[in-house]
Amino acid sequence: MTVETQPQFHVLAVDDSVLDRKLIERLLKTSSYQVTTVDSGTKALEFLGIQDENSENAASVSPHHQEVEVNLIITDYCMPGITGYDLLKKVKESSSLRDIPVVIMSSENIPSRISRCMEEGADEFFLKPVQLSDVSRLKPHILKKSVKCQDENQNQNKSVTTISSPTNNVSGNKRKATDDGICSERIRTRYSAGPVTIV
Amino acid sequence: MDYVHLRRQAASLRKGLFDQGYLDEQFYQLEDLQDDASPNFVEEVVTLFFRDSARLMANIDQALDKCVKDFNKLDVYMQQLKGSCTSIGASRMKTDCSAFRECCRDENIEGCMRSFQKIKREHSVLRQKLESYFQLLRQAGPVECATRPNK
Repeated sequence: MTVETQPQFHVLAVDDSVLDRKLIERLLKTSSYQVTTVDSGTKALEFLGIQDENSENAASVSPHHQEVEVNLIITDYCMPGITGYDLLKKVKESSSLRDIPVVIMSSENIPSRISRCMEEGADEFFLKPVQLSDVSRLKPHILKKSVKCQDENQNQNKSVTTISSPTNNVSGNKRKATDDGICSERIRTRYSAGPVTIV
Repeated sequence: MDYVHLRRQAASLRKGLFDQGYLDEQFYQLEDLQDDASPNFVEEVVTLFFRDSARLMANIDQALDKCVKDFNKLDVYMQQLKGSCTSIGASRMKTDCSAFRECCRDENIEGCMRSFQKIKREHSVLRQKLESYFQLLRQAGPVECATRPNK
């Protein structure tokens, strides 16, 4: 795998199983990601800098958060305390973190669980045991976000309006068509069950 | 030391584990993840598995010992154990874990006890075989059957 010319992306992996943490870490490192693993949703939130319920308040994001950029969060669904679903919700509710792609992993194939996660804004749902082929699906989600970031320096993060076509410049801000495409795709993922990728 | 012989023994043990259904294709995935950067990955994962599963099984033992059986709790522990089995490809144990969970759903305590005894036996046999396997590998030195070439 030659990725010398590409930046290393940083993935935060959350799983209460020590075995699965080791596996996901290896899967991600083999795929050239930088990895941080934590064993709970609470620790994930700490790492991300969300310290209290009122995550919309910028002041509640810790300075530490600014130093460590997370390009993707991959989390187990079933965890004691804060579940992967709860974590997903909190990330999507946070103005500073909502654009980070979130992937849910689960050992159980429950359609209602999957659609619940996708509706809440998850980008992928992986059935365990996670394979290398699953991990290879992560890059597009990270890259989508990178492109969006470049185009959205001064735009508000809260830009969730109904965008029906990829070429509409709805908000009047300086956005490119591709960015609207990303936005509308994200909205489709967020508010309806499809098109989604379920592995 | 007859390294060739040791390697053959290791390979044969490994083949037996698959042929007899102790391990499934998930174990191949573990082997695929082993490379120069992580040369002992499979053994590390397996060691972790036995440590973790022993802990979970002790929890289950405790929960089964109680007068009032908490089937929900038992099911949660078993779900975790099954998850670990799935992660390393411990196929027989995985099947037995499912059977246990069925018994939990039926609130069939006798069934739970029986299937848990089976799980313990399978766990013990698997541990023994894998320990032998890794010991042989260590004795045989770096071998091609334990590592795959770097991709």
